[in-house]
Amino acid sequence: MEWEAVIGLEIHVQLATKTKIFSGASTAFGAEPNTQACAVDLGLPGILPVVNEEAINMAIKFGLGIKAEINKVNIFERKNYFYPDLPKGYQTTQLDKPIVGAGHMDIALDDGSTHRVRIHHAHLEEDAGKSLHEAFSTGSHGMSGIDLNRAGTPLIEVVTEPDMRNAKQAVAFARKLHSIVTTLGICDGEMSQGSMRFDVNVSVRPQGQEKLGTRTETKNLNSFKFMERAINKEIQRQIEAIEDGFEIVQETRLYNGDTDVARSMRSKEEANDYRYFPCPDLLPVVIEDSRLEKIRSEMPEMPEARKARFINDLGLGDYDAEVLSCELATADYFEAAAKAGGDAKLAANWVMGELAKTLNQNDLEIVSSPVSAEALGGLVARIKDNTISGKIAKQVFEALWNNEGSSADEVIEKKGLKQVTDIGAIEAIIDDVLARNPAQVEQYRAADDARRGKMVGFFVGQTMKASRGKANPGMVNQLLKKKLQ
Amino acid sequence: MAIDRSNSLEPEMPAPEKIDSQGISAKQVQSVAHLARLSISEDEVRQTTEKLTAIMGLIDEMQAVNTDGIEPLANPLDAVQRLRADEVTETNNREQLMTNAPAKEDGLFLVPKVID
Repeated sequence: MEWEAVIGLEIHVQLATKTKIFSGASTAFGAEPNTQACAVDLGLPGILPVVNEEAINMAIKFGLGIKAEINKVNIFERKNYFYPDLPKGYQTTQLDKPIVGAGHMDIALDDGSTHRVRIHHAHLEEDAGKSLHEAFSTGSHGMSGIDLNRAGTPLIEVVTEPDMRNAKQAVAFARKLHSIVTTLGICDGEMSQGSMRFDVNVSVRPQGQEKLGTRTETKNLNSFKFMERAINKEIQRQIEAIEDGFEIVQETRLYNGDTDVARSMRSKEEANDYRYFPCPDLLPVVIEDSRLEKIRSEMPEMPEARKARFINDLGLGDYDAEVLSCELATADYFEAAAKAGGDAKLAANWVMGELAKTLNQNDLEIVSSPVSAEALGGLVARIKDNTISGKIAKQVFEALWNNEGSSADEVIEKKGLKQVTDIGAIEAIIDDVLARNPAQVEQYRAADDARRGKMVGFFVGQTMKASRGKANPGMVNQLLKKKLQ
Repeated sequence: MAIDRSNSLEPEMPAPEKIDSQGISAKQVQSVAHLARLSISEDEVRQTTEKLTAIMGLIDEMQAVNTDGIEPLANPLDAVQRLRADEVTETNNREQLMTNAPAKEDGLFLVPKVID
């Protein structure tokens, strides 16, 4: 039977405010445990939360970025549950009236088409602290350690509709979301520090069936790679279970990226009753039109606008423009390389081709590329002005990647890779090649035009080889045909 | 009543059924007490059941009031939330804030082992 997977995402995005959502404690990453947790974050008696204006502004920016309605009157609710890293015994969050209403994002698929993913809503809430289960300095004594520095950090939780059908689409969505929040400057995008955490809801159903299958939720994935693996694994597990006659149980699962193992965490039957109610400590947050208009006027160029500019101003095709504008880091890199290289299309080919391939092989993101955008632009410029051929350019790229020079010009100079465009020099090489291959020359001259076209390739190859790839291929072709007449 | 200090995230009992005006069962009281991590004696369950049933009567009377066209009220104060500028105003006060913690180490609060 053919199966179809249905995937929805819930993403926790840590807002890049300087302080907590309800207190003036710092949110800086990496501080000593509990040095950035004040009385409000600790939930001590007598405290009063006060809402951080910037958290509200950032949530609004996100809403405007995904073309969603912004809810004018915001109520915060208490979600009650017991866990040691939640000292108040409740999480302050939003329920009925989230700050960001329904919106959407378009993602690019491999076949060149775009796919729309609807966003159900995004709400503001506070993060919990961290529980540490590893041994402490005195060794294992059956205790867990609690660090509340993260408690109270502002989050927006973005909830999508189940509009994705495979892991690739989910990852494309995640990358685009990453691009939007970093473009907006509302999140630092540091996945390894937990700045974006993904929960994936996965179910499967027979192809063509309308009714959704029972879904599971895999929580807290913090890299695109783990997310893709966890989704594929879960789809596979569900299909195998159903084909073996089992039923899928609605449950929460945990995926360990290091071991590539997923396990059940808790099932729905024992689900919590969160007893939500409006937080009596917080008054309604009313968003005035003036605030909305001010933020609207300060919005940066969003990926979609950038894509349009890549198409209209730089002459890129739709697919290339989508791929290059999708992520902020890639878009910035490409624009810098195109500017330095003086040829946007050539720069696009190199960023999406050799660079992307090499980054992928080395498991690197574009921000950590050993070849800077300026260096790649310099390489593009030398291809454009015929200093080097496309083939030699790959050699230069490899040298730049391996840090054998800081610029294309330096590598070309040092390795003597400059393309030979001097007619006399190329003629000398050709004469030598023809002299060393009299039999082939004989055959060529005896052949008709159709066969000659194919046979000339042999001489071109020999000549290029003799020039160690440096002869200008176009000139080699022309001169050879003349000499072989 | 004593505070139930068990750290388990999940209630061992199922969530309470919807409470209706017919009153509250002892079972519902026990499950709500568990959700709030309160351990209560048999006697207290009986007394609490009676009291809560009486309160439900009062709520029934309130439910009967016609509220058509009235906006739900999230807070009894007729005011809106003041916002705070995003500036760090708190400094590290860890030593003092942790003085009441029953167990601590390496700047961490220690609690009975939790595994999620």
